[in-house]
Amino acid sequence: MGQASEDTVVIPSDRAAAERVERAIAQQLKDAGYSEQALFAVRLAVDEALANAIHHGNRDDPAKHVTIEYQVTPEVFRITITDEGGGFRPEGLPDPTARENLERPNGRGVMLMRAYMTEVSFNEAGNAVTLVKRRDCDLPRRDKAQ
Amino acid sequence: MSTKDSRVRVDTHDGVTHVTFVERHILEEASIQKIGEEVGALIDGEVSPKLLLDFSNVEHLSSSALGLLITINNRVRAKGGQLRLANIDPQIYEVFVITQLNKLFQIHADTEQALASFK
Repeated sequence: MGQASEDTVVIPSDRAAAERVERAIAQQLKDAGYSEQALFAVRLAVDEALANAIHHGNRDDPAKHVTIEYQVTPEVFRITITDEGGGFRPEGLPDPTARENLERPNGRGVMLMRAYMTEVSFNEAGNAVTLVKRRDCDLPRRDKAQ
Repeated sequence: MSTKDSRVRVDTHDGVTHVTFVERHILEEASIQKIGEEVGALIDGEVSPKLLLDFSNVEHLSSSALGLLITINNRVRAKGGQLRLANIDPQIYEVFVITQLNKLFQIHADTEQALASFK
């Protein structure tokens, strides 16, 4: 406990490989003393980001890769997930809580990342997302969901 | 109905099909697709399905899993049936609140309340 750790992992566009990284991150956060609530938040947001990178970014193409760079310190968890896709414009996403969208089966991933992370940012190309979870930040925040 | 590879356990009580998710994490697309097929077959097998989805084993779910629930809800409604959700962990219930899907689904604290709510 109290140690900082960081790693860079490159995985194929494969959910089983993503799941292994998610488990490794969860273990490191646990070792660093993060709460069960924080672990839930990070697991949810990282899973959404990896699913987006594999499915929407790399179009499930096994020849394409996802690069995951992360850092765990006692105060903050930070991760950047980069895919090989053409990127997207997060500001163009429809509001999934609008009445006309409530029964649509998709379109909630980015919203959940924003609700469960302290910060969410995208690079200009739209093919990399950075998630930050500060240990002292209580999550989720419903005001951040949009 | 359930096999050793099933992602769900199925019981019936007084005309209600009680489906319990077996997995703790409902995240991956392949798993979600399998659950969708199993629950879809149950819906197809009823004239007017009364379906209770039990989350008592579930610790994590993804937005894809929420999408599956919406699809199930649409299929049940298309047949004039009724869908209830029950035994949802407080952290997961918060996901329903954030996405406002608690307004779309009839969610009950426990199995008894959910079973009593069917008309």
